Amino acid sequence: MGMTIAEKVIARAAGRDVVDPNEVLWVDVDLAMMHDSSGPRRIWPALDKLGVGLRDPDRIVLVSDHYVPANDLLAASIQKTTREFATEFGIEKFHDAQGISHTLMIEKGYARPGMLYVGADSHSCTAGATGCLAMGMGSTDMLGIVTTGRTWLRVPSTIRVEVNGELPFGVTAKDLILTIIGERGMDAGLYQVLEFVGSAVEAMTMQERSVLTNMCAEIGAKAGVVPSDQTTIDHFAALDIAVEAGPQSDDDAVYSERWQYDGAAIEPVVARPNRHDDVAPISQLGEARINRAYIGSCTGAKYEDLAMAAKVLKGRTVDPGVLLQVAPASRAALRQAMEDGTAQTLMDAGAHILSTGCGACPGIGSGLLAAGEVSISTTNRNFRGRMGDPDSSVYLASPYSVAAAAVTGHIIDPRELLGVSV
Amino acid sequence: MTDDVVSSDVLTGRVWKFGDNIDTDVIVPGKYLIRDLPEIAQHVMDGIRPGFAQECGPEDIIVGGSNFGTGSSREMAPRGLHAAGITAIVATSFARIFFRNCINVGLAPVECARAGEIEEGQRVSIDLAAGKVVILDTGVELSAVALPEEIGEILKMGGMENYLAAKLSRPTGDIS
Repeated sequence: MGMTIAEKVIARAAGRDVVDPNEVLWVDVDLAMMHDSSGPRRIWPALDKLGVGLRDPDRIVLVSDHYVPANDLLAASIQKTTREFATEFGIEKFHDAQGISHTLMIEKGYARPGMLYVGADSHSCTAGATGCLAMGMGSTDMLGIVTTGRTWLRVPSTIRVEVNGELPFGVTAKDLILTIIGERGMDAGLYQVLEFVGSAVEAMTMQERSVLTNMCAEIGAKAGVVPSDQTTIDHFAALDIAVEAGPQSDDDAVYSERWQYDGAAIEPVVARPNRHDDVAPISQLGEARINRAYIGSCTGAKYEDLAMAAKVLKGRTVDPGVLLQVAPASRAALRQAMEDGTAQTLMDAGAHILSTGCGACPGIGSGLLAAGEVSISTTNRNFRGRMGDPDSSVYLASPYSVAAAAVTGHIIDPRELLGVSV
Repeated sequence: MTDDVVSSDVLTGRVWKFGDNIDTDVIVPGKYLIRDLPEIAQHVMDGIRPGFAQECGPEDIIVGGSNFGTGSSREMAPRGLHAAGITAIVATSFARIFFRNCINVGLAPVECARAGEIEEGQRVSIDLAAGKVVILDTGVELSAVALPEEIGEILKMGGMENYLAAKLSRPTGDIS
């Protein structure tokens, strides 16, 4: 009987020939990541108490992204602890305010095809875009991993998500994954892995693929994986990293479900406030006014997201009743946007450029929402109070749709501003 | 306490009931994550039931619907609930990271398909090893998923830190 990518990675990491869904196994972890919020400040006291160090600092990536830039003294102290930890334990893969961890795992080429990777953050699944098995866990699981190199997991079954056809211009991976979550519900992938295949997925860039895998957290999945292919190889080649194609699912692999979508039928959508699975096509939304717009996070502020927003904003200005804020997902994303004029376009339109980092997305950094404010955001979650006051509201959408709403003051199909007949 | 509690495998307590998809942003809003555990424990469930932390008492039990604990990996969600006095969460299903975090901090996550039959204010007893929840007010017995033995061991030891302390003190330093 054949195996899926997830099963092959777990079997290798468990030293087994075959594994069966629902088995509980101990596995070797190839690579681990923690950040300033989930990492040193949580596990350093426990390391001291246990009287042990890190088993292999070379297999650990440490990123300061949640509390950067420090906007009070507690945040400053968390930053300091993170830096001291990197020095004390000799972590060379330490990135201080250089970008959001999940973006860097791909941008720096750390997460590679076939790896078993665990990050201490729920969106660690993002790295599955490179063909690895990437899972999020909590701080104390991370404590176990960095001290022993191992963790336990339940072998997940895999859902095959096949998307054929071509996404129309102005329609993005964000619209696709929100459509899927809206149709299936936020717990449809619980404990499972989503494997994305089909011509629409194959056509996607690495950055767009990472939007699909990022938001696997929003459907309850353990991981999302895009099988490695030439796009994957090219991504690493551009970083001067030679990788081999990772494991592929066998033709006779067993899937728990098969979901099929026609990419050509997907249209711009939003998730309505408080539930990311309350998804509606913008064409059927009705009047929805906004006064805040946010382009940020690991899912929505990579270079390509900034470029999408710039396409809409070129030659236009943000509605006077709207504050548009942009927090690039990494310094590299901002640099690229500066080099090709994208950043200039955003600023000319009236965007307020914030620091790189997680920003307002987890309700921690700059750009929080006050009671009664209504935002449209490229982020991945809109739980009540997520980005600020419990009585603020957040619509989730693609960078095109966020930029279009920022210009008009209400949510519209961005294709109306992209010169496409809808 | 009633006299039903005879072993550490059995937890008994009063029920607080919540619905489906209770997310970690309402359990512990992001703005509190910078604070210490005692302060966080004062604000658990603030996002959905303000004042809950003050009302809930030691050894209380939460009953939830599907996908309990969805969202961020913040371990302060189960840690905060545990520090506020909650000893177990019975739900029809759990978000996977939250489920792991519960075990790691010594808060029992109990998967029970018929959790919806339990009402707020009832007293329940949970037999973790046997995978059984009993509504003491009515005598109704509900089956629950027992944890795999070794994972149950982590919970029984009070969480992952204690488990690691025991494992790492072995001469080989090996786990499992």
